[in-house]
Amino acid sequence: MPVRRFTAKDAARRRRYLKETFTAYLYLLPATAVLVTFHFAPVFYAFYVSLLDWNYISPNPTFVGFANYAALLKDSDFITSLINTVYYVIGTVPTSMAVALFVAILLNQKIRGLAWYRTVYFLPVITAANAVAIIWFWIYHPDYSGLLNGLLDRLGLPIQSWLLDPKWAMPCIILMSIWKGLGYNVVIFLAGLQNISSEYYEAAQIDGAKGWSIFRYITWPLLSPTTFFVLIISVIGSFQVFSQVYVMTRGGPLKSTLVVVYYLYKIGFEDFKMGYASAMAYALFMIIFTLTLLQRKYIGSRVYYQ
Amino acid sequence: MRHQAMSRVKTQHSPGATAARILRSLGIHALLLAGATIMLAPFAWMISTSLKDYSEVFTVPIRWIPSRLVWSNYVDAWNEAPFARYFFNSAFVATVTTIGQLVFSALAAYAFATMNFFGREVIFTLFLGTMMIPDQMTLVPNYVLLFRLNWIDTYYALIVPWLGSVFSIFLMRQFFQTIPKELYDAAQIDGCSRFGYLWRVMVPLSRPVFITCGLFTFIGSWNAFLWPLIVTNTDRMRTIQVGLSTFMQEHGTVPTLLMAASTMAIMPVVIGFFFVQRQFIQGIARTGLKS
Repeated sequence: MPVRRFTAKDAARRRRYLKETFTAYLYLLPATAVLVTFHFAPVFYAFYVSLLDWNYISPNPTFVGFANYAALLKDSDFITSLINTVYYVIGTVPTSMAVALFVAILLNQKIRGLAWYRTVYFLPVITAANAVAIIWFWIYHPDYSGLLNGLLDRLGLPIQSWLLDPKWAMPCIILMSIWKGLGYNVVIFLAGLQNISSEYYEAAQIDGAKGWSIFRYITWPLLSPTTFFVLIISVIGSFQVFSQVYVMTRGGPLKSTLVVVYYLYKIGFEDFKMGYASAMAYALFMIIFTLTLLQRKYIGSRVYYQ
Repeated sequence: MRHQAMSRVKTQHSPGATAARILRSLGIHALLLAGATIMLAPFAWMISTSLKDYSEVFTVPIRWIPSRLVWSNYVDAWNEAPFARYFFNSAFVATVTTIGQLVFSALAAYAFATMNFFGREVIFTLFLGTMMIPDQMTLVPNYVLLFRLNWIDTYYALIVPWLGSVFSIFLMRQFFQTIPKELYDAAQIDGCSRFGYLWRVMVPLSRPVFITCGLFTFIGSWNAFLWPLIVTNTDRMRTIQVGLSTFMQEHGTVPTLLMAASTMAIMPVVIGFFFVQRQFIQGIARTGLKS
Protein backbone atom coordinates (compact mmCIF):
# COMPACT_ATOMS: atom_id res chain seq x y z
CA MET A 1 0.00 0.00 0.00
CA PRO A 2 1.56 3.28 -1.05
CA VAL A 3 2.07 5.81 1.70
CA ARG A 4 0.33 9.07 0.97
CA ARG A 5 2.86 11.87 1.24
CA PHE A 6 2.13 15.26 2.63
CA THR A 7 2.75 17.28 -0.51
CA ALA A 8 3.09 20.95 -1.30
CA LYS A 9 -0.42 20.78 -2.77
CA ASP A 10 -1.85 19.61 0.57
CA ALA A 11 -0.04 22.40 2.37
CA ALA A 12 -1.52 24.95 -0.01
CA ARG A 13 -5.00 23.51 0.47
CA ARG A 14 -4.55 23.61 4.24
CA ARG A 15 -3.41 27.22 4.11
CA ARG A 16 -6.42 28.12 2.01
CA TYR A 17 -8.74 26.37 4.46
CA LEU A 18 -7.20 28.24 7.41
CA LYS A 19 -7.44 31.52 5.57
CA GLU A 20 -11.05 30.89 4.64
CA THR A 21 -11.86 29.93 8.25
CA PHE A 22 -10.37 33.18 9.42
CA THR A 23 -12.37 35.19 6.86
CA ALA A 24 -15.57 33.33 7.72
CA TYR A 25 -15.12 34.08 11.42
CA LEU A 26 -14.74 37.77 10.60
CA TYR A 27 -18.05 37.69 8.73
CA LEU A 28 -19.72 35.79 11.56
CA LEU A 29 -18.35 38.00 14.31
CA PRO A 30 -20.97 40.80 14.57
CA ALA A 31 -24.04 38.56 14.63
CA THR A 32 -22.33 35.97 16.79
CA ALA A 33 -21.23 38.54 19.36
CA VAL A 34 -24.83 39.74 19.75
CA LEU A 35 -26.35 36.26 19.80
CA VAL A 36 -23.86 34.89 22.31
CA THR A 37 -24.09 37.92 24.61
CA PHE A 38 -27.84 38.41 24.59
CA HIS A 39 -29.33 35.02 23.72
CA PHE A 40 -26.92 32.19 24.39
CA ALA A 41 -24.90 33.13 27.48
CA PRO A 42 -28.04 34.37 29.30
CA VAL A 43 -29.36 30.81 29.38
CA PHE A 44 -26.44 29.78 31.57
CA TYR A 45 -26.33 33.02 33.50
CA ALA A 46 -30.07 32.72 34.22
CA PHE A 47 -29.41 29.31 35.75
CA TYR A 48 -26.69 30.77 37.98
CA VAL A 49 -28.97 33.65 39.02
CA SER A 50 -31.75 31.17 39.77
CA LEU A 51 -29.54 29.77 42.55
CA LEU A 52 -29.27 33.19 44.23
CA ASP A 53 -31.30 35.40 46.47
CA TRP A 54 -30.55 38.69 44.75
CA ASN A 55 -32.10 42.09 43.95
CA TYR A 56 -29.56 42.78 41.08
CA ILE A 57 -28.16 45.91 42.78
CA SER A 58 -26.62 44.40 45.90
CA PRO A 59 -22.94 43.51 45.31
CA ASN A 60 -23.10 40.28 47.35
CA PRO A 61 -25.99 38.03 46.47
CA THR A 62 -26.75 35.11 48.79
CA PHE A 63 -26.25 31.65 47.32
CA VAL A 64 -29.32 29.58 48.14
CA GLY A 65 -28.88 26.49 45.96
CA PHE A 66 -32.17 25.10 44.70
CA ALA A 67 -34.23 26.91 47.32
CA ASN A 68 -35.91 29.10 44.67
CA TYR A 69 -37.09 26.02 42.79
CA ALA A 70 -38.37 24.44 46.00
CA ALA A 71 -40.18 27.69 46.84
CA LEU A 72 -41.81 27.70 43.39
CA LEU A 73 -43.49 24.38 44.06
CA LYS A 74 -44.95 25.76 47.28
CA ASP A 75 -45.91 29.16 45.86
CA SER A 76 -49.67 29.06 45.46
CA ASP A 77 -49.55 32.13 43.17
CA PHE A 78 -47.16 30.33 40.84
CA ILE A 79 -49.40 27.25 40.77
CA THR A 80 -52.37 29.53 40.07
CA SER A 81 -50.47 31.24 37.27
CA LEU A 82 -49.63 27.85 35.74
CA ILE A 83 -53.24 26.69 35.88
CA ASN A 84 -54.43 29.98 34.40
CA THR A 85 -51.87 29.76 31.61
CA VAL A 86 -52.96 26.23 30.76
CA TYR A 87 -56.58 27.43 30.79
CA TYR A 88 -55.56 30.21 28.40
CA VAL A 89 -53.68 27.83 26.07
CA ILE A 90 -56.54 25.33 25.97
CA GLY A 91 -59.05 28.13 25.45
CA THR A 92 -57.08 29.76 22.66
CA VAL A 93 -55.24 27.18 20.57
CA PRO A 94 -57.88 24.62 19.48
CA THR A 95 -60.57 27.22 18.75
CA SER A 96 -58.18 29.47 16.86
CA MET A 97 -56.90 26.54 14.81
CA ALA A 98 -60.37 25.21 13.98
CA VAL A 99 -61.74 28.62 12.94
CA ALA A 100 -58.56 29.44 10.99
CA LEU A 101 -58.74 26.14 9.11
CA PHE A 102 -62.40 26.78 8.28
CA VAL A 103 -61.62 30.29 6.98
CA ALA A 104 -58.62 29.00 5.01
CA ILE A 105 -60.79 26.34 3.34
CA LEU A 106 -63.34 28.99 2.38
CA LEU A 107 -60.56 31.20 0.99
CA ASN A 108 -59.18 28.27 -0.97
CA GLN A 109 -62.39 27.90 -3.07
CA LYS A 110 -61.01 30.06 -5.91
CA ILE A 111 -63.15 33.00 -4.80
CA ARG A 112 -62.95 36.62 -5.85
CA GLY A 113 -61.39 39.11 -3.46
CA LEU A 114 -59.00 36.58 -1.91
CA ALA A 115 -56.25 39.16 -1.36
CA TRP A 116 -58.68 41.58 0.25
CA TYR A 117 -60.06 39.00 2.70
CA ARG A 118 -56.57 37.79 3.53
CA THR A 119 -55.42 41.33 4.32
CA VAL A 120 -58.44 42.01 6.53
CA TYR A 121 -58.04 38.79 8.51
CA PHE A 122 -54.34 39.48 8.88
CA LEU A 123 -54.72 43.06 10.08
CA PRO A 124 -54.95 42.28 13.83
CA VAL A 125 -51.77 40.19 13.58
CA ILE A 126 -49.57 43.14 12.66
CA THR A 127 -51.01 45.56 15.21
CA ALA A 128 -49.35 45.81 18.61
CA ALA A 129 -50.94 43.55 21.24
CA ASN A 130 -50.92 46.26 23.90
CA ALA A 131 -52.63 48.77 21.58
CA VAL A 132 -55.43 46.40 20.56
CA ALA A 133 -55.78 45.37 24.20
CA ILE A 134 -56.72 49.00 24.91
CA ILE A 135 -59.48 48.80 22.28
CA TRP A 136 -60.79 45.55 23.76
CA PHE A 137 -60.59 47.01 27.24
CA TRP A 138 -63.33 49.40 26.13
CA ILE A 139 -65.22 46.79 24.15
CA TYR A 140 -65.50 44.92 27.47
CA HIS A 141 -66.58 48.05 29.34
CA PRO A 142 -68.78 46.87 32.23
CA ASP A 143 -71.78 49.17 31.62
CA TYR A 144 -74.13 49.62 28.68
CA SER A 145 -71.69 51.81 26.74
CA GLY A 146 -69.33 48.87 26.16
CA LEU A 147 -69.59 47.42 22.65
CA LEU A 148 -70.16 43.87 23.85
CA ASN A 149 -72.74 44.82 26.48
CA GLY A 150 -74.44 47.09 23.95
CA LEU A 151 -74.82 44.10 21.63
CA LEU A 152 -76.10 41.83 24.40
CA ASP A 153 -78.55 44.48 25.49
CA ARG A 154 -79.92 44.84 21.99
CA LEU A 155 -80.41 41.07 21.85
CA GLY A 156 -82.27 41.27 25.14
CA LEU A 157 -79.59 39.38 27.08
CA PRO A 158 -78.31 40.39 30.52
CA ILE A 159 -75.11 42.44 30.50
CA GLN A 160 -71.92 41.32 32.28
CA SER A 161 -69.07 43.08 34.01
CA TRP A 162 -66.54 41.11 31.89
CA LEU A 163 -63.00 42.02 32.94
CA LEU A 164 -64.17 42.85 36.46
CA ASP A 165 -65.72 39.43 36.89
CA PRO A 166 -63.30 36.62 37.90
CA LYS A 167 -65.44 34.16 35.98
CA TRP A 168 -65.39 36.15 32.73
CA ALA A 169 -61.99 37.88 32.75
CA MET A 170 -60.02 34.96 31.30
CA PRO A 171 -62.59 34.11 28.58
CA CYS A 172 -62.43 37.80 27.60
CA ILE A 173 -58.65 37.65 27.23
CA ILE A 174 -58.98 34.38 25.30
CA LEU A 175 -61.54 35.85 22.89
CA MET A 176 -59.37 38.89 22.21
CA SER A 177 -56.31 36.68 21.65
CA ILE A 178 -58.15 34.43 19.19
CA TRP A 179 -59.24 37.52 17.27
CA LYS A 180 -55.67 38.83 17.26
CA GLY A 181 -53.88 35.64 16.23
CA LEU A 182 -56.41 34.10 13.83
CA GLY A 183 -55.03 35.68 10.64
CA TYR A 184 -51.59 34.22 11.12
CA ASN A 185 -53.00 30.70 11.31
CA VAL A 186 -55.26 31.39 8.32
CA VAL A 187 -52.29 32.41 6.18
CA ILE A 188 -50.26 29.34 7.15
CA PHE A 189 -53.21 26.97 6.63
CA LEU A 190 -53.99 28.59 3.28
CA ALA A 191 -50.41 28.09 2.13
CA GLY A 192 -50.63 24.47 3.28
CA LEU A 193 -53.88 23.92 1.38
CA GLN A 194 -52.44 25.46 -1.77
CA ASN A 195 -49.51 23.07 -1.46
CA ILE A 196 -51.72 20.03 -1.85
CA SER A 197 -51.52 18.88 -5.44
CA SER A 198 -54.83 19.17 -7.31
CA GLU A 199 -54.28 15.64 -8.67
CA TYR A 200 -55.42 14.19 -5.35
CA TYR A 201 -58.71 16.06 -5.58
CA GLU A 202 -59.24 15.15 -9.21
CA ALA A 203 -58.63 11.48 -8.44
CA ALA A 204 -61.03 11.63 -5.49
CA GLN A 205 -63.71 13.27 -7.61
CA ILE A 206 -63.45 10.53 -10.18
CA ASP A 207 -63.89 7.99 -7.41
CA GLY A 208 -67.08 9.86 -6.49
CA ALA A 209 -65.87 11.30 -3.16
CA LYS A 210 -67.91 14.23 -1.84
CA GLY A 211 -67.44 17.22 0.53
CA TRP A 212 -66.80 15.75 3.95
CA SER A 213 -65.06 12.59 2.81
CA ILE A 214 -62.72 14.61 0.57
CA PHE A 215 -61.81 16.67 3.62
CA ARG A 216 -61.51 13.65 5.91
CA TYR A 217 -59.47 11.41 3.64
CA ILE A 218 -57.52 13.86 1.47
CA THR A 219 -57.27 17.38 2.86
CA TRP A 220 -56.84 16.48 6.54
CA PRO A 221 -54.03 13.90 6.15
CA LEU A 222 -52.20 15.88 3.47
CA LEU A 223 -52.47 19.05 5.52
CA SER A 224 -51.18 17.39 8.69
CA PRO A 225 -47.59 18.75 8.49
CA THR A 226 -49.06 22.29 8.40
CA THR A 227 -51.53 21.55 11.19
CA PHE A 228 -48.74 20.13 13.29
CA PHE A 229 -46.56 23.18 12.70
CA VAL A 230 -49.39 25.56 13.62
CA LEU A 231 -50.11 23.52 16.75
CA ILE A 232 -46.49 23.65 17.96
CA ILE A 233 -45.96 27.37 17.43
CA SER A 234 -49.41 28.24 18.80
CA VAL A 235 -48.78 26.35 22.02
CA ILE A 236 -45.33 27.90 22.44
CA GLY A 237 -46.66 31.39 21.69
CA SER A 238 -49.69 31.06 23.98
CA PHE A 239 -47.59 30.04 26.95
CA GLN A 240 -45.89 33.43 26.67
CA VAL A 241 -49.04 35.60 26.82
CA PHE A 242 -48.26 38.92 28.51
CA SER A 243 -49.34 42.23 26.90
CA GLN A 244 -53.10 41.56 26.99
CA VAL A 245 -52.95 40.70 30.67
CA TYR A 246 -50.72 43.65 31.52
CA VAL A 247 -53.02 46.13 29.79
CA MET A 248 -56.46 44.72 30.55
CA THR A 249 -56.39 43.07 33.99
CA ARG A 250 -52.94 43.08 35.64
CA GLY A 251 -53.60 39.48 36.62
CA GLY A 252 -56.89 40.27 38.36
CA PRO A 253 -59.62 40.17 39.40
CA LEU A 254 -58.79 37.82 42.29
CA LYS A 255 -55.78 36.48 40.34
CA SER A 256 -58.14 34.96 37.77
CA THR A 257 -55.89 36.09 34.89
CA LEU A 258 -52.53 35.78 36.63
CA VAL A 259 -50.42 34.04 33.95
CA VAL A 260 -46.83 32.84 34.21
CA VAL A 261 -45.04 35.58 32.22
CA TYR A 262 -47.00 38.33 33.94
CA TYR A 263 -46.14 36.82 37.33
CA LEU A 264 -42.50 36.55 36.24
CA TYR A 265 -42.51 40.22 35.24
CA LYS A 266 -44.03 41.20 38.60
CA ILE A 267 -41.55 39.17 40.66
CA GLY A 268 -38.53 40.21 38.59
CA PHE A 269 -39.22 43.81 37.67
CA GLU A 270 -41.58 45.10 40.34
CA ASP A 271 -40.33 43.16 43.38
CA PHE A 272 -36.79 42.77 41.95
CA LYS A 273 -36.41 39.17 43.13
CA MET A 274 -34.07 38.24 40.30
CA GLY A 275 -33.20 34.76 41.56
CA TYR A 276 -36.81 33.75 42.01
CA ALA A 277 -37.79 35.21 38.62
CA SER A 278 -34.97 33.27 36.93
CA ALA A 279 -36.10 30.03 38.55
CA MET A 280 -39.55 30.75 37.16
CA ALA A 281 -38.13 31.43 33.69
CA TYR A 282 -36.37 28.07 33.84
CA ALA A 283 -39.54 26.32 34.93
CA LEU A 284 -41.43 27.92 32.02
CA PHE A 285 -38.70 26.94 29.59
CA MET A 286 -38.74 23.34 30.79
CA ILE A 287 -42.53 23.17 30.51
CA ILE A 288 -42.54 24.53 26.95
CA PHE A 289 -39.63 22.29 25.99
CA THR A 290 -41.26 19.15 27.43
CA LEU A 291 -44.60 19.94 25.80
CA THR A 292 -42.91 20.43 22.43
CA LEU A 293 -41.12 17.09 22.76
CA LEU A 294 -44.35 15.35 23.80
CA GLN A 295 -46.21 16.83 20.85
CA ARG A 296 -43.46 15.72 18.51
CA LYS A 297 -43.56 12.21 19.94
CA TYR A 298 -47.31 11.62 20.13
CA ILE A 299 -48.71 13.83 17.40
CA GLY A 300 -45.66 14.18 15.14
CA SER A 301 -45.66 10.42 14.55
CA ARG A 302 -49.16 10.67 13.08
CA VAL A 303 -48.24 13.39 10.63
CA TYR A 304 -48.46 12.31 7.02
CA TYR A 305 -45.85 13.70 4.64
CA GLN A 306 -46.63 13.88 0.90
CA MET B 1 -58.63 7.63 -19.80
CA ARG B 2 -58.48 9.82 -16.74
CA HIS B 3 -58.41 12.96 -18.83
CA GLN B 4 -61.55 11.94 -20.57
CA ALA B 5 -63.24 11.39 -17.24
CA MET B 6 -62.04 14.78 -16.05
CA SER B 7 -63.40 16.64 -19.04
CA ARG B 8 -66.75 14.98 -18.50
CA VAL B 9 -66.79 16.12 -14.86
CA LYS B 10 -65.89 19.64 -15.89
CA THR B 11 -68.40 20.08 -18.69
CA GLN B 12 -71.55 19.46 -16.65
CA HIS B 13 -73.19 22.82 -17.20
CA SER B 14 -76.85 22.23 -16.62
CA PRO B 15 -78.80 25.30 -15.39
CA GLY B 16 -79.31 23.58 -12.04
CA ALA B 17 -75.59 23.12 -11.54
CA THR B 18 -74.88 26.76 -12.37
CA ALA B 19 -77.49 27.95 -9.89
CA ALA B 20 -76.02 25.67 -7.25
CA ARG B 21 -72.56 27.07 -7.92
CA ILE B 22 -73.73 30.67 -7.59
CA LEU B 23 -75.58 29.83 -4.39
CA ARG B 24 -72.49 28.15 -2.98
CA SER B 25 -70.32 31.11 -3.87
CA LEU B 26 -72.80 33.48 -2.21
CA GLY B 27 -72.75 31.36 0.93
CA ILE B 28 -68.94 31.43 1.06
CA HIS B 29 -68.87 35.19 0.67
CA ALA B 30 -71.54 35.64 3.33
CA LEU B 31 -69.46 33.63 5.82
CA LEU B 32 -66.21 35.39 4.92
CA LEU B 33 -67.82 38.83 5.10
CA ALA B 34 -69.26 38.05 8.53
CA GLY B 35 -65.76 37.09 9.67
CA ALA B 36 -64.24 40.18 8.08
CA THR B 37 -66.77 42.35 9.92
CA ILE B 38 -65.70 40.84 13.24
CA MET B 39 -62.06 41.44 12.31
CA LEU B 40 -62.64 45.09 11.44
CA ALA B 41 -65.25 46.03 14.05
CA PRO B 42 -62.78 46.71 16.88
CA PHE B 43 -60.78 49.05 14.64
CA ALA B 44 -63.94 50.82 13.52
CA TRP B 45 -64.97 51.14 17.15
CA MET B 46 -61.57 52.58 18.00
CA ILE B 47 -61.72 55.21 15.25
CA SER B 48 -65.37 56.02 16.00
CA THR B 49 -64.66 56.54 19.72
CA SER B 50 -61.55 58.59 18.96
CA LEU B 51 -63.72 61.09 17.03
CA LYS B 52 -66.59 61.35 19.50
CA ASP B 53 -67.36 64.09 21.92
CA TYR B 54 -66.71 62.84 25.47
CA SER B 55 -70.42 63.06 26.33
CA GLU B 56 -71.33 60.84 23.40
CA VAL B 57 -69.13 57.93 24.49
CA PHE B 58 -71.55 56.79 27.15
CA THR B 59 -74.80 57.16 25.22
CA VAL B 60 -77.11 54.15 25.05
CA PRO B 61 -77.68 52.70 22.50
CA ILE B 62 -74.20 52.92 21.01
CA ARG B 63 -73.76 55.42 18.22
CA TRP B 64 -71.24 54.26 15.60
CA ILE B 65 -71.12 57.51 13.67
CA PRO B 66 -70.41 60.48 15.93
CA SER B 67 -72.94 63.32 15.55
CA ARG B 68 -69.98 65.70 15.35
CA LEU B 69 -66.41 64.71 14.45
CA VAL B 70 -64.15 65.92 17.24
CA TRP B 71 -60.73 65.97 15.59
CA SER B 72 -59.38 67.92 18.51
CA ASN B 73 -59.20 64.65 20.49
CA TYR B 74 -56.08 63.88 18.50
CA VAL B 75 -54.56 67.26 19.25
CA ASP B 76 -55.44 66.92 22.93
CA ALA B 77 -53.99 63.40 23.18
CA TRP B 78 -50.86 64.53 21.34
CA ASN B 79 -50.41 67.38 23.82
CA GLU B 80 -51.23 65.38 26.96
CA ALA B 81 -48.10 63.24 26.63
CA PRO B 82 -44.82 63.56 24.71
CA PHE B 83 -46.10 61.54 21.76
CA ALA B 84 -43.75 63.24 19.32
CA ARG B 85 -40.85 61.91 21.36
CA TYR B 86 -42.42 58.43 21.63
CA PHE B 87 -42.90 58.31 17.87
CA PHE B 88 -39.39 59.47 17.18
CA ASN B 89 -38.00 56.84 19.59
CA SER B 90 -40.01 54.03 18.00
CA ALA B 91 -39.13 55.07 14.47
CA PHE B 92 -35.46 55.50 15.31
CA VAL B 93 -35.16 52.23 17.23
CA ALA B 94 -37.08 50.21 14.61
CA THR B 95 -35.08 51.68 11.71
CA VAL B 96 -31.65 51.21 13.28
CA THR B 97 -32.54 47.72 14.52
CA THR B 98 -33.77 46.71 11.07
CA ILE B 99 -30.76 48.02 9.15
CA GLY B 100 -28.23 46.72 11.66
CA GLN B 101 -29.85 43.35 11.86
CA LEU B 102 -30.03 42.97 8.07
CA VAL B 103 -26.32 43.81 7.75
CA PHE B 104 -25.21 41.48 10.57
CA SER B 105 -27.44 38.67 9.31
CA ALA B 106 -26.31 39.04 5.69
CA LEU B 107 -22.64 38.84 6.71
CA ALA B 108 -23.22 35.71 8.81
CA ALA B 109 -25.48 34.06 6.23
CA TYR B 110 -22.89 34.77 3.53
CA ALA B 111 -20.23 32.91 5.53
CA PHE B 112 -22.56 29.95 6.19
CA ALA B 113 -23.72 29.73 2.58
CA THR B 114 -20.52 30.23 0.59
CA MET B 115 -17.48 29.55 2.78
CA ASN B 116 -15.97 26.30 3.84
CA PHE B 117 -14.58 26.71 7.34
CA PHE B 118 -13.77 24.92 10.57
CA GLY B 119 -16.81 24.30 12.80
CA ARG B 120 -19.41 25.46 10.27
CA GLU B 121 -22.05 22.80 11.01
CA VAL B 122 -21.55 22.97 14.79
CA ILE B 123 -21.87 26.76 14.89
CA PHE B 124 -24.93 26.71 12.66
CA THR B 125 -26.61 24.06 14.82
CA LEU B 126 -25.89 26.13 17.94
CA PHE B 127 -27.43 29.16 16.22
CA LEU B 128 -30.57 27.20 15.41
CA GLY B 129 -30.68 25.97 18.99
CA THR B 130 -31.06 29.52 20.31
CA MET B 131 -34.39 29.72 18.44
CA MET B 132 -35.76 27.25 21.02
CA ILE B 133 -35.10 29.67 23.89
CA PRO B 134 -38.12 31.76 24.84
CA ASP B 135 -37.41 35.49 25.22
CA GLN B 136 -38.57 35.47 28.86
CA MET B 137 -35.58 33.31 29.65
CA THR B 138 -33.17 36.11 28.80
CA LEU B 139 -35.05 38.99 30.48
CA VAL B 140 -33.31 38.86 33.85
CA PRO B 141 -29.74 38.19 32.62
CA ASN B 142 -29.97 40.86 29.93
CA TYR B 143 -31.40 43.38 32.35
CA VAL B 144 -28.56 42.72 34.80
CA LEU B 145 -25.98 43.03 32.03
CA LEU B 146 -27.41 46.32 30.75
CA PHE B 147 -27.57 47.62 34.30
CA ARG B 148 -23.85 46.86 34.72
CA LEU B 149 -23.08 48.56 31.41
CA ASN B 150 -25.11 51.58 32.49
CA TRP B 151 -27.28 51.09 29.42
CA ILE B 152 -30.70 51.09 31.13
CA ASP B 153 -32.88 53.83 29.63
CA THR B 154 -30.68 54.33 26.56
CA TYR B 155 -31.11 53.55 22.87
CA TYR B 156 -28.42 50.88 23.22
CA ALA B 157 -30.71 48.87 25.50
CA LEU B 158 -33.53 49.07 22.96
CA ILE B 159 -31.43 48.25 19.91
CA VAL B 160 -28.28 46.20 20.56
CA PRO B 161 -29.84 42.99 21.96
CA TRP B 162 -31.97 42.67 18.81
CA LEU B 163 -29.22 43.05 16.22
CA GLY B 164 -28.73 39.30 15.93
CA SER B 165 -31.50 37.20 14.42
CA VAL B 166 -31.11 33.50 13.80
CA PHE B 167 -34.34 33.58 11.86
CA SER B 168 -32.98 36.11 9.33
CA ILE B 169 -29.62 34.34 9.09
CA PHE B 170 -31.42 31.08 8.42
CA LEU B 171 -33.66 32.55 5.70
CA MET B 172 -30.83 34.41 3.98
CA ARG B 173 -28.56 31.36 4.05
CA GLN B 174 -31.31 29.29 2.39
CA PHE B 175 -31.60 31.88 -0.34
CA PHE B 176 -27.87 32.47 -0.82
CA GLN B 177 -27.38 28.73 -1.28
CA THR B 178 -29.61 28.75 -4.34
CA ILE B 179 -27.34 31.22 -6.16
CA PRO B 180 -24.99 29.19 -8.41
CA LYS B 181 -21.33 29.11 -7.44
CA GLU B 182 -20.29 29.69 -11.05
CA LEU B 183 -21.48 33.25 -10.64
CA TYR B 184 -18.88 33.76 -7.93
CA ASP B 185 -16.10 32.36 -10.10
CA ALA B 186 -17.14 34.64 -12.94
CA ALA B 187 -17.25 37.67 -10.66
CA GLN B 188 -13.81 36.82 -9.28
CA ILE B 189 -12.35 36.73 -12.77
CA ASP B 190 -13.80 40.19 -13.27
CA GLY B 191 -11.89 41.30 -10.20
CA CYS B 192 -14.74 41.32 -7.72
CA SER B 193 -13.68 40.97 -4.09
CA ARG B 194 -15.36 38.64 -1.62
CA PHE B 195 -17.24 41.45 0.07
CA GLY B 196 -17.99 43.10 -3.27
CA TYR B 197 -19.66 39.88 -4.40
CA LEU B 198 -21.96 39.90 -1.38
CA TRP B 199 -22.79 43.58 -1.72
CA ARG B 200 -23.09 43.87 -5.50
CA VAL B 201 -24.35 40.41 -6.53
CA MET B 202 -25.85 38.45 -3.63
CA VAL B 203 -27.83 41.24 -1.96
CA PRO B 204 -29.51 42.56 -5.15
CA LEU B 205 -30.37 38.99 -6.17
CA SER B 206 -31.91 38.26 -2.76
CA ARG B 207 -34.19 41.28 -2.52
CA PRO B 208 -37.35 39.30 -1.60
CA VAL B 209 -35.61 37.75 1.40
CA PHE B 210 -34.28 41.10 2.56
CA ILE B 211 -37.73 42.63 2.27
CA THR B 212 -39.29 39.78 4.25
CA CYS B 213 -36.67 39.85 7.02
CA GLY B 214 -36.71 43.64 7.12
CA LEU B 215 -40.50 43.78 7.48
CA PHE B 216 -40.52 41.17 10.24
CA THR B 217 -37.83 43.01 12.16
CA PHE B 218 -39.34 46.46 11.71
CA ILE B 219 -42.86 45.45 12.74
CA GLY B 220 -41.54 43.32 15.60
CA SER B 221 -39.49 46.24 16.85
CA TRP B 222 -42.30 48.78 16.46
CA ASN B 223 -44.74 46.50 18.32
CA ALA B 224 -42.33 45.29 21.03
CA PHE B 225 -43.71 45.85 24.49
CA LEU B 226 -42.28 43.77 27.34
CA TRP B 227 -38.59 44.55 26.69
CA PRO B 228 -38.96 48.35 26.21
CA LEU B 229 -41.27 48.38 29.24
CA ILE B 230 -38.49 46.91 31.36
CA VAL B 231 -35.48 48.86 30.08
CA THR B 232 -36.96 52.35 29.83
CA ASN B 233 -38.07 54.49 32.73
CA THR B 234 -38.27 58.06 31.43
CA ASP B 235 -40.33 59.68 28.67
CA ARG B 236 -37.09 60.54 26.93
CA MET B 237 -36.59 56.88 25.98
CA ARG B 238 -40.09 55.39 25.98
CA THR B 239 -41.27 53.90 22.70
CA ILE B 240 -44.80 54.48 21.43
CA GLN B 241 -46.10 51.20 22.88
CA VAL B 242 -44.73 51.85 26.35
CA GLY B 243 -45.79 55.50 26.12
CA LEU B 244 -49.30 54.35 25.23
CA SER B 245 -49.47 52.14 28.29
CA THR B 246 -48.23 54.99 30.53
CA PHE B 247 -50.83 57.23 28.92
CA MET B 248 -53.51 54.65 29.71
CA GLN B 249 -52.51 54.60 33.37
CA GLU B 250 -52.86 58.37 33.53
CA HIS B 251 -55.89 58.90 31.28
CA GLY B 252 -57.64 55.55 31.49
CA THR B 253 -60.98 57.19 32.16
CA VAL B 254 -60.99 59.35 29.03
CA PRO B 255 -61.75 56.85 26.25
CA THR B 256 -61.80 59.47 23.50
CA LEU B 257 -58.19 60.49 24.14
CA LEU B 258 -57.13 56.91 24.76
CA MET B 259 -58.60 55.76 21.44
CA ALA B 260 -57.04 58.70 19.63
CA ALA B 261 -53.67 57.71 21.10
CA SER B 262 -54.20 54.03 20.18
CA THR B 263 -55.13 55.00 16.63
CA MET B 264 -51.93 57.01 16.33
CA ALA B 265 -49.87 54.08 17.65
CA ILE B 266 -51.48 51.54 15.31
CA MET B 267 -51.85 53.56 12.11
CA PRO B 268 -48.23 53.77 10.88
CA VAL B 269 -47.95 49.98 10.82
CA VAL B 270 -51.43 49.50 9.33
CA ILE B 271 -50.80 52.01 6.53
CA GLY B 272 -47.37 50.57 5.85
CA PHE B 273 -48.89 47.09 5.83
CA PHE B 274 -51.32 47.95 3.03
CA PHE B 275 -48.38 48.78 0.78
CA VAL B 276 -46.40 45.65 1.48
CA GLN B 277 -49.09 43.16 2.51
CA ARG B 278 -48.42 40.87 -0.45
CA GLN B 279 -44.70 40.43 0.26
CA PHE B 280 -45.37 40.21 3.97
CA ILE B 281 -48.04 37.53 3.79
CA GLN B 282 -46.12 35.55 1.18
CA GLY B 283 -43.09 35.80 3.44
CA ILE B 284 -45.03 34.35 6.35
CA ALA B 285 -46.54 31.61 4.25
CA ARG B 286 -43.13 30.63 2.89
CA THR B 287 -41.11 30.81 6.06
CA GLY B 288 -43.84 29.42 8.26
CA LEU B 289 -43.90 26.24 6.28
CA LYS B 290 -40.16 25.88 5.97
CA SER B 291 -39.10 26.05 9.59
